[in-house]
Amino acid sequence: MEHDYDITLTVNGTKVSRRVPARQHLVDFLREDLELTGSHAGCEHGVCGACTVRVNGEIVRGCLMLAVQANGCRVDTIEGLSDSKELSKLQTAFHEHNALQCGFCTPGMLMAAQDLVLKNKKISREEIRTQLSGNFCRCTGYQAIVDAIEEVINGKG
Amino acid sequence: MKAPDFAYVKPATLAEAFGLLENPNAKILAGGQSLIPSLNMRLSSPELLVDITGLAGLSGISVQGNSIKIGALATHAQIEKSEDIRKHVPLLAQAVPHIAHAAIRNRGTIGGSLALADPAAEYPACAVALEAVFIIKNKTSERRVNAERFFKGLFDTDLKPGELLVAVEFPVATKSDRSVFLELTRRHGDYAIIGLAAHNSRFVFLGAGSTPVLIKGDSMEKAKAALSKSLNPSADLYNSSATKLHLAGVLLERAWNTITT
Ligand SMILES: Cc1cc2nc3c(=O)[nH]c(=O)nc-3n(C[C@H](O)[C@H](O)[C@H](O)COP(=O)(O)OP(=O)(O)OC[C@H]3O[C@@H](n4cnc5c(N)ncnc54)[C@H](O)[C@@H]3O)c2cc1C
Ligand code: FES
Ligand code: FES
Repeated sequence: MEHDYDITLTVNGTKVSRRVPARQHLVDFLREDLELTGSHAGCEHGVCGACTVRVNGEIVRGCLMLAVQANGCRVDTIEGLSDSKELSKLQTAFHEHNALQCGFCTPGMLMAAQDLVLKNKKISREEIRTQLSGNFCRCTGYQAIVDAIEEVINGKG
Repeated sequence: MKAPDFAYVKPATLAEAFGLLENPNAKILAGGQSLIPSLNMRLSSPELLVDITGLAGLSGISVQGNSIKIGALATHAQIEKSEDIRKHVPLLAQAVPHIAHAAIRNRGTIGGSLALADPAAEYPACAVALEAVFIIKNKTSERRVNAERFFKGLFDTDLKPGELLVAVEFPVATKSDRSVFLELTRRHGDYAIIGLAAHNSRFVFLGAGSTPVLIKGDSMEKAKAALSKSLNPSADLYNSSATKLHLAGVLLERAWNTITT
């Protein structure tokens, strides 16, 4: 028998209550129970960053947090930030720079990139690469991703 | 992969937590950034997770006279942002950005990292270099252990079943103290190939043995001689033992030059 617990949290501004197994991670809860499939599950042990979501305003690994641990928290996903237009500049820049191909890494990339946008008025390419070292992309070679983020933070050179 | 089944409790008081930890198959959950991956990979299958993140009194960073007390639940991100740490424990401030990635630093805790005692982790080496003191509690009492005595072996510490690491005390740096943290990795945020936490004449290597390896030397020659005698790093996937030993010497020289200039 699985151990289930009642949780209530705010996801993208909406309060939701569900019963979840203790062993379920946050990203599976978002994808399977709430059908928010924008956050992806890749490695499920913290290395790839595809599952990046925001909890109480800070980015975290959705695969390294249990859904029960999010009880009482504010969770924001790629869907919420996309609908609120918070990400629109980054999304446009990613599009214009061809900063995505298959798109698997893109939601996590955008969540991590937006964290940089919020915390930096000016940034070097080196700093962008350091901060994105926790997000894997198997397609683009990163150059275009760094270009897009650099443009959004530093403005068109 | 997905974690196996377990029960979950988030106690509100220390007394409640110690009661739950009497179950020999219970495991403490702090930031979860090492425990949850090991559950996901099914390397560990506890019956019960005791989430200690709701316990008051285990968080915060405070200067108390000549020492600075860091609660076990202080996250890597909080330590990274702390003015007090930057000012009073510069070695730690230099080391934190090397730990994993921003999203992991937002949840991982200093208590979790020290209790895990990964030989390639940054905090254990800093704690040994700075002669930090660990504050450990069980149901009935509190004890203090020096960093050097805390790390016993590979992922093995002085913590006994039913005990909690509640805080760590670091000495406040004095004007004459010199310290530097250096690390070599293949990619930013990876665990170190080899790293060095140096404080005055104490040189502590990470990624060089089953615990942090302390080498003392008040001259470069003495330190180098001690290095070749006491360091026998095991090879990893990419680097032979000889490579690591060579790199350790490179870091030692860099650290020495930084500390003495
Ligand atoms: C991709 C990735 C890269 C990483 N890279 C690095 C790195 O470069 N350097 C590095 O140092 N770390 C790295 N980490 C690990 C990270 O720093 C963890 O946060 C840390 O090791 C454990 O802290 P935690 O709070 O998450 O502990 P948890 O995962 O919750 O717990 C870890 C262990 O400690 C025990 N424990 C936790 N708190 C206490 C306590 N207060 N008292 C007694 N026992 C306790 C738990 O029972 C468990 O056995 C990485 C992790 C990932 C996923
Ligand atoms: S799925 Fe979470 S980091 Fe890869
Ligand atoms: S676009 Fe395919 S993984 Fe990044």
